[in-house]
Amino acid sequence: MSTTTRQIPDRLTSPLSRALKSWEALLLVVAVAIFIANSLASPYFLDPWNLSDASFNFTEKAMIAFAMAMLIIAGEIDLSVGSIIALASTVMGAAAAAGAGTPSLVVLGLGTGLVCGAFNGLLVARFGLPSIVVTIGTMSLFRGISYIALGDGAYTQYPGSFAWFGQGYVWWVITVELVIFALAALAFGILLHRTNFGRMVFAIGNNATAARFSGIRVEKIRFILFLLTGLMSGIAAICLTSRLGSTRPSIASGFELEVVTIVVLGGVSILGGSGSILGVVLAALVMGLVTFGLGLLNVPGIVMSIIVGLLLIAVIALPRLWTKLRL
Amino acid sequence: MSAIGKALATAAMGLALMTTASQAEEMRIALVVKALGIGFFEAANKGAEEAAKELGDVKIIYTGPTDTTAEGQIEVINSLIAQKVDAIAVSANDTDALVPTLKKAMDRGITVISWDSGVAAEGRQMHLNPSSSALIGNMIIKLAADNLPEGGDVAVLSATTTSTNQNTWIEEMNKVAGNYPSVKVVGTVYGDDLADKSYREAQGLMQTYPDLKAIIAPTSVGIVAAAQAVTDAGKVGQVNVTGLGLPSEMAGHVKSGASKSFAIWNPIDLGYSATMLAYHLAKKDAEAKPGASILIGRMGSVTLDDKNEAAMADPFVYDSSNIDQFSSIF
Repeated sequence: MSTTTRQIPDRLTSPLSRALKSWEALLLVVAVAIFIANSLASPYFLDPWNLSDASFNFTEKAMIAFAMAMLIIAGEIDLSVGSIIALASTVMGAAAAAGAGTPSLVVLGLGTGLVCGAFNGLLVARFGLPSIVVTIGTMSLFRGISYIALGDGAYTQYPGSFAWFGQGYVWWVITVELVIFALAALAFGILLHRTNFGRMVFAIGNNATAARFSGIRVEKIRFILFLLTGLMSGIAAICLTSRLGSTRPSIASGFELEVVTIVVLGGVSILGGSGSILGVVLAALVMGLVTFGLGLLNVPGIVMSIIVGLLLIAVIALPRLWTKLRL
Repeated sequence: MSAIGKALATAAMGLALMTTASQAEEMRIALVVKALGIGFFEAANKGAEEAAKELGDVKIIYTGPTDTTAEGQIEVINSLIAQKVDAIAVSANDTDALVPTLKKAMDRGITVISWDSGVAAEGRQMHLNPSSSALIGNMIIKLAADNLPEGGDVAVLSATTTSTNQNTWIEEMNKVAGNYPSVKVVGTVYGDDLADKSYREAQGLMQTYPDLKAIIAPTSVGIVAAAQAVTDAGKVGQVNVTGLGLPSEMAGHVKSGASKSFAIWNPIDLGYSATMLAYHLAKKDAEAKPGASILIGRMGSVTLDDKNEAAMADPFVYDSSNIDQFSSIF
């Protein structure tokens, strides 16, 4: 035996130091910093009821963001989510006007979401069309149907019990939407990080061709992911419609970009292949805290969107700059 | 009883003093607009600031979403509820969608009124309309009569035959036409709120009634088209165009003399009045109930109808003396 032995470590870094350097840790630090800054800047911030009200700034968008994260990890995107909400809300509104009860409204909302998701999925998975093109098209299509049905009118005849989803509380300040948000986070966390399905999603995002040759049914998984995004948009539509108590065709306009912002801020690679649900949860909290904190200071919305844009660029650029400077 | 009674009395007095002390604090009134960066609302904010200065102990929070969405307005209102502002005066992006949030605001003791663009009755204490159909009907014929000392024939250029607003205003105008005996309304034509059709209808009016002295167009499309038709026919000075229009679109025609004056609501007065109303309701020296009359500073007072709606004032008259000031606003 020679005296010079080459040491090969079992793993490159310890799990702890890896966790500390992770994206999620950075986001957690940002979230805590914003939380502290907000409580110092406004005396109204640290109030359970106010924080509960503020959670509506992100809960609906975050529900969709979980499904969108999986879709983006798989290398696809869905820009029609805001329009799916509009269509699902219109279908529910029409049914409510015809006298449907809350259970049938929920079924219709989820059903519309699934049908829209299936339509997107079919065009992408079956006909091999690029998802960005397909969903830009359906973005106009789904909302267009709403505009034809409603014009400048509105559906407002929702049954009283329907208000529970968007205005109800499960316990104290914990809203129904917060609980749905938490359950969705848990479900998608398990699906992405603890199942074969999740592993396959990562595999497709990293290299779809290799994934196909290793026996993964790529098209089927893509279709299911669009179905999931449609379903979550349906759930978000139920919550938002219930919260507003009314439907207009302009409902949830601009949601798609805010959802994608949360996903990207959450550390999901826009090129696919990497990301985590925990990151998305933290990103949703960061976005919610920033918009609510700035709102409390009555910062004009225009300045607010500049700040959110800068935050997005900063959080994404800083780690890359850091690695570049060290190299 | 005496000792306890005294203690209670002192406590009650202390409490009373404390409440007066907190009332003496500055009152925060939020002026929530459809979206920031719109000239009309910036002008309304000017009026609100004017009211605040006059009242002294009032701070205006001028806010609104970046684009005209109900969701954006709800986020803004939620943060105002969190700040425990005293009053919210909102020009709504959606009549119905804001109701649950505004109800919550009222539940937490915040005074809520809508102005300009209203909220459904259950979501606010009262709504302030810029004007009323009766006042508009009277104003449009008054403008024509004021510029015709010798009287003469006038005609109406409306929007479509089915436009509810225009039909109501013309109906109201005909009701009070007797008060202006010198002018004679000879006919009504419809330009369908299309620039080219309105232009041709105005040309037709001048041919049909050679003695025509004025055209009343209670529509912002019609009034511009009519003024253009008068200019092109070389009849500036003979035929006066008046009615309802936007200062930015009418500035040129006022300067050329095709239109001596026209009317539309004044956003500064609107913001001023909304602030005054919110102040009095939040201060609880006025109550929003049908029939109530509430003072609004230099604008006089408004009376609430059975739907808790009120009309601010006559439409504001724009002429060569003030058109430059307003044409840059809206």
